[in-house]
Amino acid sequence: MKKIGIIGVLVLLIPACVTINIYFPAAAAEKAADKIIDEVWQLKPGEEPPAKPSGSKPADAPAR
Amino acid sequence: MKKLITIVSMLAATLLSSSWVSAAADLEVNTPAISAIKNSMQARHNQLSPHYSSGAIGLTTDGLVAVRDATAVPLKERGGINSLVAAENSDRNALYKEIAAGNGHPEWADEIRSTFAGRWVDKAQNGWYYQSAGGWVKK
Repeated sequence: MKKIGIIGVLVLLIPACVTINIYFPAAAAEKAADKIIDEVWQLKPGEEPPAKPSGSKPADAPAR
Repeated sequence: MKKLITIVSMLAATLLSSSWVSAAADLEVNTPAISAIKNSMQARHNQLSPHYSSGAIGLTTDGLVAVRDATAVPLKERGGINSLVAAENSDRNALYKEIAAGNGHPEWADEIRSTFAGRWVDKAQNGWYYQSAGGWVKK
């Protein structure tokens, strides 16, 4: 009888843990992020950063 | 032995049923609220872009932007940089919230934020700065 209780608790708890871990659709979120970033930054879909040297001014010398 | 089999099969059944639940489709990103934020960010990007390139601003670990080196901003624009960054960040915060809410899961906002944080950096142009655990890094 006790064992059935333990099994019952496990049956309830295990899916709860798994659900918390996998419920957020990470792949879908990444796809959505890519789509929005492409639009906001006006990149062509799937485009990786253009290797654009940063303009004419040598801006990366720190001031101190 | 019989009991063990029962336990194992019950566990397998619960695992299967929970992964059934998780088979989620794409996220909805075309709600009016999300589109409005997107348009506002797109319009602002022309102003922000030179500041990314000069290193004046950079991408933060929490999916926002921050002023990194105000001296890289031309003097006459320096006053405006903070409000530009603040406006961008309020749009970004709203965007993460709206995507989560628009998909019926407001509690996803933080995970969406961290997904975006990674993707902004991945898609940033070379030479732009992003924040990492050790500080600012030039891509």
